[in-house]
Amino acid sequence: MTAPTRDVPQTTTPAGGLVVEDLGVTLTGRPVDVVDDIDLVLRPGEVVGLVGESGSGKTTVGTSLLAYSRAGALISSGKVLLEGRDVLQLPWKEVRQLRGEEIAYVPQDPASALNPSIRIGKQLVELHQLRGVGTAESRLQAARDGLAEVGLPNDDEFLRRYAHQLSGGQVQRVALAMAFLPKPKVLVLDEPTTGLDVTTQKMVLDTMAQLCRSHGVCALYVTHDLAVVANIADRVAVMYAGQIAELGPKDAVFANPSHPYTRALLDSIPHLSQARALKGIPGRTPAPGARPDGCRFSDRCTYVVDACKQQVPPLISVAPDHEARCIRVGEIGMWDINRGTVPDADPNRKRDVILSVEGLNVFYGRKQIVHDVTFDLAKGEVVALVGESGSGKTTISRSVGGLHKEWTGAVRFEGRELARSARSRSAEDRRRIQYIFQNPYLSLNPRLTIEQIIRRPMELFGIAKGKQATDRVLQLMEQVALGSGMLHYQASRLSGGERQRVAIARALAAEPDVMVCDEITSALDVSVQGSIVALLEGLRKERGISMLFVTHNLALVRSISARVEILQAGRVVEAGSVVTVMDTPREEYTRKLLSDSPRVG
Amino acid sequence: MTQVATLPDPLAEVAPPRGRSGGAAWAAWLARRLGLAVLTLWLVSVLVFLATAALGDPVRAILGRDYDTNVGRREQLEAQLGVGDSIVTRYVDWLGGLVTGDFGTSLANQQPVWQQVSDTVVNTLVLVLLAAAVMIPLAFGIAMISAHFRRRRPDTVIQTILLALAGVPEFVTGILLVALFSTSVFNIFPAVTIASPTARPWDTPEGMVLPVATLVVAVTPYVSRIVRATLLEVLDSDYVELARLKGIPEPVVMRKHALLNAIVPGIQVIALQLAWLAGGVVLVETLFSYPGVGRQLVDSVRNHDVPMVQALSMIIAGVYIVVNLVADVLSILLTPRARTAISS
Repeated sequence: MTAPTRDVPQTTTPAGGLVVEDLGVTLTGRPVDVVDDIDLVLRPGEVVGLVGESGSGKTTVGTSLLAYSRAGALISSGKVLLEGRDVLQLPWKEVRQLRGEEIAYVPQDPASALNPSIRIGKQLVELHQLRGVGTAESRLQAARDGLAEVGLPNDDEFLRRYAHQLSGGQVQRVALAMAFLPKPKVLVLDEPTTGLDVTTQKMVLDTMAQLCRSHGVCALYVTHDLAVVANIADRVAVMYAGQIAELGPKDAVFANPSHPYTRALLDSIPHLSQARALKGIPGRTPAPGARPDGCRFSDRCTYVVDACKQQVPPLISVAPDHEARCIRVGEIGMWDINRGTVPDADPNRKRDVILSVEGLNVFYGRKQIVHDVTFDLAKGEVVALVGESGSGKTTISRSVGGLHKEWTGAVRFEGRELARSARSRSAEDRRRIQYIFQNPYLSLNPRLTIEQIIRRPMELFGIAKGKQATDRVLQLMEQVALGSGMLHYQASRLSGGERQRVAIARALAAEPDVMVCDEITSALDVSVQGSIVALLEGLRKERGISMLFVTHNLALVRSISARVEILQAGRVVEAGSVVTVMDTPREEYTRKLLSDSPRVG
Repeated sequence: MTQVATLPDPLAEVAPPRGRSGGAAWAAWLARRLGLAVLTLWLVSVLVFLATAALGDPVRAILGRDYDTNVGRREQLEAQLGVGDSIVTRYVDWLGGLVTGDFGTSLANQQPVWQQVSDTVVNTLVLVLLAAAVMIPLAFGIAMISAHFRRRRPDTVIQTILLALAGVPEFVTGILLVALFSTSVFNIFPAVTIASPTARPWDTPEGMVLPVATLVVAVTPYVSRIVRATLLEVLDSDYVELARLKGIPEPVVMRKHALLNAIVPGIQVIALQLAWLAGGVVLVETLFSYPGVGRQLVDSVRNHDVPMVQALSMIIAGVYIVVNLVADVLSILLTPRARTAISS
C-alpha cells in the first residue's frame, strides 16, 4: 500500500487549513503541563500523523483543536487558528457551531463511540436536524450519500440498525461518514483503527485518504503506530511527554530520523520484508508532573550528555520543514531503516516436535468454528497463528490450552494425547503448558501483589515455597526486566507493558515447555511490544521454550516466529516457514493479508 | 488442506436483523415470562397457605381462651375453615376459590372478603400511582441536575440532602410534614384522610397531598441516587464525548444521549420501590388514617381473620410480580441489544 502522493505546497503559509500556535494544556488545580509548546500547521488536503506512546499527550492535542479537554485538564495557552479565527477564544456557542461543521472528530474505539440506543440513521442526521439544515428528506439523502461514500449499504434496513448490529469496521466507517457529513474543513482522527484487523484497517484508511483528497480536508491522524503513519501521512509529528520531539515530511522523518526518540520508536517496529531484532525503549513515558528537567527524553536516551539535562531544547531545524527537539541533532550520526535486521528463521532447521494438533474441530454449541486444523510445534520454536478477527485463531489456542473443551481431534504433547479440558489434565501437563492472555488489564487479579501473583504457580505445582519462592520471584522479575521494587505493588500501579511482563513471569514461574501467547502485544504500545518480543526471543533461546503465538500482525510474525499458519474462517489456508509463506505466498488470501499490512521501509 | 481462498465480504460479517417479523419471537418470550409469573404466584400461594392455615390450629388461635368454653362458635369456625378436611383438600378448595375469584368469607364480620378488600386495594393503588407520577419525573430531574454539576457544590448539596432524607424513616417525614403544613406552622392541608365508608379518599383532594408527599420523599432519594450514578458513568462514555465533539448542545446530550442509556437501572429501582409501596406502607397509612391495604392487613392479622390475610397477601404478591414484569419488559424495550436479541 502506498500513500497517496499529492502536490502540497511545502513552504508558503497556508490560506486554508489550521494553524496551532504554542498550545498548552494543564491539569486543573495544579500548575502541571499535560502538553506544552505545540506548534503545528495542517495544510489543506494534507494528512499529518501525530505519533507517540500512551501518555505522550497526543489525544489531548487532538481534542484541543476542537477546544475540548477531558475532565481534569484545561487548555491554558496558545491559539488554534482556523481561517484567521482563534477557536480557543471563540464564544462557547460559536465553538459548538464550529464543532462537527468545520472541525470534525473521529473517535478511537469504534465499538463504544456510537450511542448504543440510537439507530445509526438517526445519529447520522442528528447534527443537521438540530441545526435545522435542509429538510427531512434532504438530510436523509445526505446520510445515504455519506454511507455510500464510505462503501456501506444505505438502504432503510441499514439505517435502522443499532451500533451493536454492525461489525467493528462498519462502525468505524459509520463514524467516518458521520464526521464527513457536515463537510468539515479539518478532521481529527484519534487512533481510529486500533483494534481493527489489517484488512479492515486498510479499508478504513483508504476510505479516509480518499475522502480527504476529494473534499480537500486536512486531517490530524493521532496514533501510536509509526507503520500506519508511514502509509497515510504527508507529514509526521512525533510527540513525547507533552512536546513535539520531531516534525517533518514523512519521507524525511523515516529516511533521516533526527531525534533519538524517533529512532528508538523505529527500532521497535517490526518489518514485513525482513526479520528484525526488535528493541523496546527502556523505562516508561513520564506522567505529567514527573517529567525530567531539560530534555524530557534524557532519562531514556542512549545519546544523553550532561548538557541535555540543563534546559528544554528548542526545535532545531534539520532540513527545510524538518525539525527535531534535540541539541545533539548533528552529532548522533546517520540512521538506516534496516538497522537491526537479522536473518529470518532457518526453514531447514531440524525440528523436534513437542506438541501436535491433528484434525482439530472446535464447536461453540452447535456452531463449528474451527474445521480440521492440523499443525505442530517443535522444541524451541515459535509458530504463529495468523488471521483476521473471527478466523478462529484464539479459539484454537484456547482449545490447545484446555480452556475450551468442545472440540474433537487430537492434541498430542510429546506423543501423548491430552485431555480436552485443563481440568481433566494432569497437574504436570498443566504446568508444562502455560497460557498468556491478550489483555493484561484483565488477566491479573487486582487484589493480589505482584509477588503473590508470580508465587502462586510455584506453590500450586510444588516447585518452590517460602523464602526460596520469594528468591525465585525476584529472579523471574529480573528476567522480565521488572525492578524488585515492584514486588509488593498491586497490578493497578503498573503500566500495560509492565502488567504483561508480570503475566509472562507468572507463566515462567511454572517452568513451562510450551507457552500459548494469545495476542499478548495487541493492547500495548509499539515500543512496549518491541521490548516484550525481545524478551520472548531471549526466553526461547535460553530456555528452549516453544511458543504458539496468536496475532493478526504479519510484520510481527516475521520477526518472532519460524513457522506460520494462515487461518481463514476456521481453516488453515496456508502453512509453512515464515520465509516461504511471506516471500512466496501461494494463496490469494495470504497475498491480500500481506498487501493490506502497513509497510515501513 | 488447500482451498480456494475467497475474501469474505466484510459487510457480511454481521447478519442483518431478520426483518421485523419478530412478533412470534416476542409472543413466545412474553408467554414464557407470564408462565414464570404464574408459577411464582403459585409458589407464593403455597407459602401463604402454609403460614396462615396449615401450621397449628387456626380455630384455637382465633378463639384463644374461648376455645373450650364457646363450643358453638368453635364448631361454626371449624365448618367455615374446613378444619376436618385434609390439608391438601383445604388448599385445593382455597386455590380453586382464588382462581374463580372467590376469596372466601371474612371471619370477623362474615362479609365476603372481596367486597371488603376491593376498595382498600384501589385506594392504595391510587396513592401509589399518584406518588409514582410525582416521584419519577422529580427523581430523574434531580439526578440530571446533580450529574450536570458532578462533584461541584450543587451536586454535593443535593446528594447530602438526599442521603439525609433516605436515612429518615418515612413516618418521621410524615410527622414533620404534618407539623409543617397542617398543625404547627401552616394550616393548609388536613392532617388525616376523612374516611367515611361511602366516600373515596380522593373526593377530598387536599387530603391526599400529605400522604403522597410523604411517600415521594421516602422513595425519591433511592431512585435519584441510582440514576445519578448511572448517568455519571454514561457521561464518561466515548459516545457522549463524541456527541459533544460533534457539536451537540449539552441539554440534548444529557437528554438524548445520556439519559436514554441511564434509564434502565432507574426503572428497576422504581419497580422495587413501587412494589414495596403497594405492599402497604403501614406506618404512613396509619399516620394519615388512610384506608389502604397496609392498615387492613394489620387489622386482619390482629383479628386472626385468616381468609382476609390470605387474600391480601396474595394481592400484594400479585402486585409485586406484575410491577417487576412490567419493569423487565420496559428495560428490554429500552435496551436495543436485548430487544434485537429477542426478535432474531
